[in-house]
Amino acid sequence: MTATVADAPAAPAPSVLIPPKKFGPSIALGVIALLSLVIFGLGTASGASTTFVVARSTDFVHLPTYTAPSRLAAILLSLVGLGLAGWAAYRANQHRKVGIWLPVVYGMAIMGALLTWAGAGRDATSIQITGLLTSSLFLAVPLVFGALAGTLCERSGIINIAIEGQLLAGAFLAALVASMVGNAYVGLIAAPIAGALVGLLLAIFATKYWVNQIVVGVVLNMLVVGLTSFFFSTVMTENGDLNQALGMAKLPIPLLSSIPVLGPVLFNQNLLVYILYVTVAVLQVMLFKSRWGLRVRAVGEHPKAADTVGINVNRTRVRNTVLGGAIAGLGGAFFTVASGLAFGKEMTSGKGYIALAAMILGRWSPRGALAAALLFGFADALRAQLGAIGSPIPSQFLAMFPYIATIFAVAGLVGHARPPAAEGIPYKK
Amino acid sequence: MSEQGQTTEAAPEEEAPQESRSRQVLREIAESSSMVVFMAIVASMLIGGVLIIFADEAVRDSAGYFFSRPSDTFSAIGDALGSAYSAMFNGAVLNLEAESFAATIKPFTQTLTMATPLIFAGLGLGLGFRAGLFNIGAQGQILMGATVGGYIGFAWDLPVGLHLLLAVLGCALGGALWGFIPGVLKAKRGAHEVIVTIMLNYVALYLVAWLLSLDAFQREGSDNPISPVVAETAQYPKILGVQFNLHLGFVVALLCAAGVWWLMERSTLGFRLRAVGANPSAARTAGMSIGAATIITMVIAGALAGLAGSAPVLGTQKFLTDSVAGSLGFDAITVALLGRSRPLGIVLAAILFGGLQASGPSLQVNAGLPVDIVVVIQALIVLFIAAPPLVRAMFRLPAPAHEKEVAA
Repeated sequence: MTATVADAPAAPAPSVLIPPKKFGPSIALGVIALLSLVIFGLGTASGASTTFVVARSTDFVHLPTYTAPSRLAAILLSLVGLGLAGWAAYRANQHRKVGIWLPVVYGMAIMGALLTWAGAGRDATSIQITGLLTSSLFLAVPLVFGALAGTLCERSGIINIAIEGQLLAGAFLAALVASMVGNAYVGLIAAPIAGALVGLLLAIFATKYWVNQIVVGVVLNMLVVGLTSFFFSTVMTENGDLNQALGMAKLPIPLLSSIPVLGPVLFNQNLLVYILYVTVAVLQVMLFKSRWGLRVRAVGEHPKAADTVGINVNRTRVRNTVLGGAIAGLGGAFFTVASGLAFGKEMTSGKGYIALAAMILGRWSPRGALAAALLFGFADALRAQLGAIGSPIPSQFLAMFPYIATIFAVAGLVGHARPPAAEGIPYKK
Repeated sequence: MSEQGQTTEAAPEEEAPQESRSRQVLREIAESSSMVVFMAIVASMLIGGVLIIFADEAVRDSAGYFFSRPSDTFSAIGDALGSAYSAMFNGAVLNLEAESFAATIKPFTQTLTMATPLIFAGLGLGLGFRAGLFNIGAQGQILMGATVGGYIGFAWDLPVGLHLLLAVLGCALGGALWGFIPGVLKAKRGAHEVIVTIMLNYVALYLVAWLLSLDAFQREGSDNPISPVVAETAQYPKILGVQFNLHLGFVVALLCAAGVWWLMERSTLGFRLRAVGANPSAARTAGMSIGAATIITMVIAGALAGLAGSAPVLGTQKFLTDSVAGSLGFDAITVALLGRSRPLGIVLAAILFGGLQASGPSLQVNAGLPVDIVVVIQALIVLFIAAPPLVRAMFRLPAPAHEKEVAA
């Protein structure tokens, strides 16, 4: 077990080059796996079974429905988790890092144990794996866009609390313009404009007037809530034509969408989701491999040094904040045109703040933001799935998960989240 | 604020020696931050007016034939603005159309009632700002305060006086607990309080939603997530008679404002907190514990925000729901910013925003305007006061010799 490994004799005096031993993560993994073993494994009545539906009847490839003995499956999956925790501790003892595969496999094992436990002995219902994954991705869309926006702004040194407002503004303008034109896709063009405007306000107040960026962010959120609600209750309510529920069709990608399980999840989505893939990939490369990205990060970490080599600090910040706002605005289109819904008052309901959490958990990188947002999306989808089959876990605790995970992350209890150094400090020459 | 506005109008233009002195006085007034606050309010009301015009159907209709009969458009604009501003006045200050004296002054008592939770929470946030802590978590702290206080109110059976006292203390305790968490995480682990408090807002929301699904919190015979009504012994008594909603909580809030003033301006602890807020390194060098100051500030700020939860749960709404805090936590941020984090300023700012909110129903009924216009005006006021150079540029006010650092 991990605790005993942690007590193992220390390696000979570490030289400067060897990274320190970090047992924190492996201990956390071990404790969770142990809890999983006790609650999901031993807590399941023997003899019960869980049914998993992997493919839907409409899918191209038909896969059988799996039925597993619940107790045995949950125990085995928990043991896999425990083994991985042990491996992580072993690697930590050797001053080595584990690959990205470990947390992924670990997460799948523990989630599998949880689902097996939740679905045990419910013969009438089954666990819909594909449905669960599809809705995870779908629910993660605004979070990814929001977290990307936050990442872009914060990498250049501007704290963007206004993600919520940018999402809401995007959702509003997308619905309004799409309804006026009668085409949902036009909404995808309008949404980034609304977000960019909110981003521009943030940038002006932060770089020109040196107002505390958190203050501006919070107030901009209020302002957008007020403005959109006001126009919703007046102009949109009086003319229903201005707020129609327009949807975007799913565009299955030939061939790729017929891959079992992953195909329908990843490649049978609407245009916004495909834009999401491209945005994440482009930003990841641009931010860490391009000259532009190096400059942006320099401005966020050490603006004075950046200024000395001739980078215009405030211009970089304004551009990044506007671009970030536009990306968050595009994410806002998810709520209206991409979901086929009409605009509603405060319909983003705090998703902007979860996006902020995803940005932090993703350690200010597009790839990390995607992973964290998917995790949060999964938590949300799981809540719906468990609610549907009537699980014993109160749905409120699953809803809390993203927020608690973020608190743990910023408190440095699991991993270490370090923001860009010059974040939130106005640059004055 | 209005007093200074008048002084500007009475600009004296006299002979040389006096002129220079009166000019100097004028200049000081124009440079003062109160002038900026006043002008920020004026500018926000004007922009609010533009929105009202834009949303008014009569205006839009008549603008369709603007060039054939422009007078129609202007009279429609006049009607829209007139009805909106008079609805605001009638709803928040004095109802001039009312028959009886009581009905005439009722709007103002309603304003003070709405201001009560804003004073409490604004004081808490202002305290944090002055100690250098940006607490976005008033929303969660209010909710937790209301939960603990509300539970004591409806579940316990105690004599008159003691019950109210304990329920109020319970509100403070719940908020203090929710302030302690980010405080201790910041002090011990360096976790940024902005992020932790934002996250705790949502944790509190779901925690209360879960509690309200339990038998101990749910009202008997109801499937909705609402608690039983708080016992009468735990309710704030109404201080102006039963026809007004104004309750004892308002007096408690004023006492808290006086207490916070004493704490920050006259006590050693307050001096320490301010020192840590102004310059943490210097404070540390002087032997003050930054960590202790952080925790103490967050606990007091949380307790005050928790007391804000007592206003709805023991005063107006009288039972617990998961929406009992409304948007109080975020409104309180604007109150603290507008009040420049000073107790007197916060009380005045809370009354202003309380008045804006109190005018909501009147706006809806008399002017046909949604309450959301109030949120817009509120946000604009704070945006403007946060950027004095912007307001000065808009109204061509002179800039002061040295600009002070704005808010928090």
